Parts: sequence; C-alpha cells; structure tokens
Amino acid sequence: MTRMTMVEAIRSALDVSMARDDEVVVFGEDVGYFGGVFRCTQGLQQTYGRTRCFDVPINESGIVGVAIGMAAYGLKPCVEIQFADYMYPAYDQITQEAARLRYRSNGQFTCPITIRMPTGGGIFGGQTHSQSPEALFTHVCGLQVVVPSNPYDAKGLLIASIENPDPVIFLEPKRLYNGPFDGHHDRPVTSWAGHPLGEVPSEHYTVPLGKAVVRRPGSAVTVLAYGTMVHVAEAAAQETGIDAEVVDLRTLLPLDLETIVASVQKTGRCMVVHEATLTSGFGAELVTLVQEHCFYHLEAPVVRVAGWDTPYPHAQEWDYFPSPARVGQALREMMEA
Amino acid sequence: MTDGHSADLAHEPLAPLSLHVPEPEVRPGGRPDFSAVAIPEAGSVRRPPVDENPEAMRDLAFSIIRVLNREGDAVGPWAGALSVDDLMQGLRHMMLLRAFDQRMLMAQRQGKTSFYMQHLGEEAVACAFRKALLPGDMNFPTYRQAGLLIAGGYPMVDMMNQIFSNDADPLKGRQLPVMYSARDHGFFSISGNLATQYVQAVGWAMASAIKRDTKIAAAWIGDGSTAENDFHAALVFASTYRAPVILNIVNNQWAISTFQGIARGGSGTFAARGLGFGLPSLRVDGNDYLAVHAVANWAAERARRNIGPTLVEYVTYRVGAHSTSDDPSAYRPKEESEAWPLGDPVIRLKNHLIRIGAWSDERHVQMEAEIRDTVVAAQKEAEAHGTLHSGGRPSMRDMFEGVYETMPAHLKRQRQQAGV
Repeated sequence: MTRMTMVEAIRSALDVSMARDDEVVVFGEDVGYFGGVFRCTQGLQQTYGRTRCFDVPINESGIVGVAIGMAAYGLKPCVEIQFADYMYPAYDQITQEAARLRYRSNGQFTCPITIRMPTGGGIFGGQTHSQSPEALFTHVCGLQVVVPSNPYDAKGLLIASIENPDPVIFLEPKRLYNGPFDGHHDRPVTSWAGHPLGEVPSEHYTVPLGKAVVRRPGSAVTVLAYGTMVHVAEAAAQETGIDAEVVDLRTLLPLDLETIVASVQKTGRCMVVHEATLTSGFGAELVTLVQEHCFYHLEAPVVRVAGWDTPYPHAQEWDYFPSPARVGQALREMMEA
Repeated sequence: MTDGHSADLAHEPLAPLSLHVPEPEVRPGGRPDFSAVAIPEAGSVRRPPVDENPEAMRDLAFSIIRVLNREGDAVGPWAGALSVDDLMQGLRHMMLLRAFDQRMLMAQRQGKTSFYMQHLGEEAVACAFRKALLPGDMNFPTYRQAGLLIAGGYPMVDMMNQIFSNDADPLKGRQLPVMYSARDHGFFSISGNLATQYVQAVGWAMASAIKRDTKIAAAWIGDGSTAENDFHAALVFASTYRAPVILNIVNNQWAISTFQGIARGGSGTFAARGLGFGLPSLRVDGNDYLAVHAVANWAAERARRNIGPTLVEYVTYRVGAHSTSDDPSAYRPKEESEAWPLGDPVIRLKNHLIRIGAWSDERHVQMEAEIRDTVVAAQKEAEAHGTLHSGGRPSMRDMFEGVYETMPAHLKRQRQQAGV
C-alpha cells in the first residue's frame, strides 16, 4: 500500500495497464511531454515512448474518432479530454459511433475505449471548466459511465474500465484530485494522506464496474451520491446528526440497483445529491427507479439536491455548488416530513 | 490469389510501419533554436492589389510580411499607412496593455481574482489590428485579444471589474476572468472553450452581407485551436459565401505545452491552410505593429469592397505562461523567448519612433510611469467595487437572471428555494 492522491492513483492505473498490455495507448491534449494539465499522465511518455503516450492536435472529435479507429484495429485507447466541458465536439463520435459500434456491426467491430475527463466544480473554473455532463452520457445506450470519489476507487475503476470490452466514460471529479472535499470551502484544504481511501496498492487490482458501495451506514435516510457529493453528503450527515446512509454509486451506468433498493427499503427515505443541474439530471432516473422499486417502503417523497438550472457561474460558485448546509437542510426537512 | 492488385507485393516481405509523432526542436535543458523559422528581410514581400486573383498570391502564405527592419526603419510596399500620431497612439496602447497585464497578474497572485491570461510579446497583434476596423465592425475574439478593447477605448475599469467579479462587473460575476463581452465596442462574448467563435464570425459577416450592410467581422483563433473542427467549418463557409470576414490566426508557437507543429502537421504554415479553400492567405510579422496594421487594412479593404474573406497568420511568440495555471519552464527552455527572432513589439515600435525623431528614451520612461499611474488609478477604482473574495460582489439573484429573457417558473421556484 502506498499513499496516493487521486491524480497519482489515476497515473498508477494507466502505468499498470500500459505495463501489462501493449495494446493500451494514452493520448490527449498536453498529455505527452507535459503529462497533462492535471498531471495524470506525467512520466508515461518517458516510460512507454512517444507512440504509446502522445500529444494530439486540439480536436476532441478527432481524439475520440481516432480512438475508435484504433479500437477497431485492436488497440485499447485510454484518451483524455482536458475538461469534460470540452467534450461537446466529440459528442457525435461518442454517442453515435463508440456507443453503437458493437451493435450495428453485430460484434464484427467493438470499441474498448476509455474516455477520461475531469468533471465538476469547486475550482472557480467558470462555465467552461466546471460542468457535470454525466446525464448526457447515461442517456446513451452502449456507454458505461463511471465517477470515482477517492484514489482507491479511481485506480481500481480505471483499470477495470480500460480492461472492459466496451466504451467507458470515466469522469474524474477535479476538486477531489488532490484531496477530499466536503464543500466547506472556507476551511483549510485537506489532503488524501490522512484519508483511508488514499491508501492505494501500487500493483494491479480492479474495482468492478456496476457496483455501488455504502460509504456511511445509517438507518434514517438513504443519500445517493457520486463523486464530490459523496463527501458533501457524509459531512451533512455528521453535522446534522441525522443517521443517513450514504451510498456512493461509483458507476452510474450500469447502475447497482440492488444496493440502492436494499438501502432505501431499510431506511424508508431517499435523497439524491448531484452537482449537475437539476432538470433532466441523473437524479431524475434515480428517483424514478426508487419510486418503482421502493414505493411501499417510502415514508416521505424522494428529494433531489442539485446544481441550480443555470450555467455554472464564476463569482457565485459557492451559491451554486450543493453545500453541506443545503444538503443538511434538505435532510432535516425530509426527516420532519 | 484472384485479386491481382496485391500479387506483386505478395512475395516481398513488407517493412513494418512506424508512427510519426512530431516533437519541438528543443525541450527544457536544451539551447533554444529558431534556425528553422525563416525570416525574410523587412520590405521584401510584395503587396498585391486587393482584388488580385487569390490563385496568383499563394506565395504570401509561405513568407512573412515585415515593415520594420533591424535599424528601426519602415521599409517596403507595406510601409507608410500610419501617421506619427497613429504610431504614438499604437505605442501607448501596447504599453497600456502590458502594464494592465502586469497589474492583473499581480492581483491574481494576491488572491484578488481566480485566474488571468496575459499578452506579453503579442501586444501588437490586437492593438494594431483594431486600428483597421470601423465602428460597427465585430470581433469574435479568443481570450488573448484584450488589446482590441484597450485600443478601442473600452474602459479599463470595466475590464478590471470583470476580472474581479465585483459588484460593478458588467457580466454579473458569471464569467471566468478575462472572458469579456462588449458589444458596443465590437467585441463578441468570449467562451472558455475553443474555436467556436471562428465560424460564428463568418455567420455574422454573412448576415451583414444578407442585409446589404457595410460592416465586416473579424474571427480570431490561436495556432493550436486551428485543429478544431470549427476552424475548418469557418473556412468552408467563408469561402463558399465570400463572407466579409478577416480570419485571423495568432500563431504564438505554443498551445499550453503543445508546440505549434502538432496542430500544423505537414502543412508548411498555418496560413497555407487557407489555400485549399481558395482564400488569400497572408503571413505577417506579428511583432511588427506597422506590418500587422498594413495587412489588417488590406484584408479589411477586401472585405469592405465585397471581394471576400482573407486568412491572416500573425507569427509571434507567447512570452508568458498560457495562463496563471501553468509553468512554461516545464515544457520549453526558459531562454526561448529571448531567442525569438522577431523581437519585442513595444521595443521595436519605440525604436522606430526614436529613429524618425518622434520619440526618445526619456519620454518613453516618462510615459511608462504615467501609464503605470493610469492603470493603478483604474485598479483602485475597480477594487472599491470589490475583488473576488472581499468587498462588493454580484448578488446570488444575478446567478438566476439572464438564463432566459423571461424567467420560467421552475427557475423562479429554485431562486425562492435558494432564499434570494
């Protein structure tokens, strides 16, 4: 076991995967010599050479398009989109090509690619460096969507994604790269060094896709969260003293319905928390599933706490970002319901 | 073997292929080397009539139009368009922009804002270009054309208010610092993604032509972003409809850590990208205020006379970091900017003005001090309205406004829920 930040854990996952499998190639904007703007690919070009880790022209649809072509040849590309907010030019390649290639060719061609992208807010990145576009991917059949909340999961999930035979959208909450963040922006930053999930094996291991985990057991209410919001939900539970069970979904598609249903049937209450805007967000899918599967166990309406339905603002970042106070208030209201 | 076309190769063992991945000449630790950048003599490139057939001027995509020579003289067919007063004003604009950058960089380091992007070494490009435009024309800029605002007389205080996201921010704190918007000053709203504005500029220009207006548009992009799809979309629309637009490429050699060769690929120059679309494509010394202005004027005349679009590559060098978020010494030699063969735009114009007897070192030092005072006074005024983390700030209500012209019910509910 080694202490790793999430950046180091992701780098270690790429390193382990490239060492084990010559078919794994890594590329993206500023990814080669420089090692990525968040340093997730630092040193890989030196270790594996310029034809396995390289810089690309600034063209996101090109990045995904050539990855699909390489996958059709037999490689396993793991590419980086510098910010999730930059993925829109690649959306056609992702949704109509990568996601459907296996289906439309009846398995003649497949697409084992992993598309990494930093997501979410909390760094004063304004509207083009803060978005959470997960619902744009969970709406696409053929894709898998992963969001880790800590270094241990990030490494295990990324290796599992790279080894998966179908395309994976791997969303990295950038505010968690260098330390856990519970939404208390006015407190000193914390590092992964003191966190149990900052303990990461240096060797190969996987965390299976499609499996959620109960991060904080509780009996009063189930909070479904992923990425940065897992930490916010844990903080809100602790600060309100409400015995919430925090479920870290880890993979949004395919979803671990079993864990969700077991928890909600136990607690009888459910809240969904995500950074992304509310309307048609992934929370809507979760709420529907909970209603379908747990209706007769519910003691209160299912509630969503999410980003407001506005573009991500700059100055009002902390008004926008779902805070422990906002989640805590919603928890209290739910317990009174 | 019935498919006869491969029969000849069938007996020969084939050599394995290999992938070509371009690398810059030098990395940190190496000696800067720009010997591969061919710099023609100032005054040596011809100036064709604006209505010359683009096919006849393909050579201009492979040279560099220059006016100021090493001695500080303005020479050749592109010289002579600007008066001494114009040049003095140009020097002032570039010095204002440089001083503005210095103060705002420092403000970012002091935590007064979250982010900043400077123009060091590239001041001539936007400042000189702006002089070729008329009121009503529209720029679709990137984040490194604040010179358009400075040279266009936009109040520095308003720029600072935007950078500080304070209670006088014209954009209500919604936008990342330096992502200005100033419609009345011919400056389209900046987005933080890349290249999207390039094709929008073409659309604006097409609209001007549809409406039989006289206004023209200017599109802006960096060397790296020419790789984006929207760049190519812009070229095909501009070419097809002969839109009254100037398609500017600022080649400052570096896209964050990625050298220009990654975006340029096998094309000799970025300007040469325009040739396949039949666009007149010119390269100009981006550190030469006079050359930039002369080429911008030439391209603006083509657009105004309805002859069509022009592609212009400004050859320059990004002396500073990409933004306050990166450290260039991690990907290029520290001394590289000093080795850049086209020099410093401010010093070159200053030397020219001294050469023609219109300026002196003493007056230059005086003006530097006077400009510093101007910028400091503006900063003081802006800071009275607050900075990112202290003093006045845009309200939380502002966050909910402006998503639509009329706020829909669901957003009103959310605003109420937020308690504002």
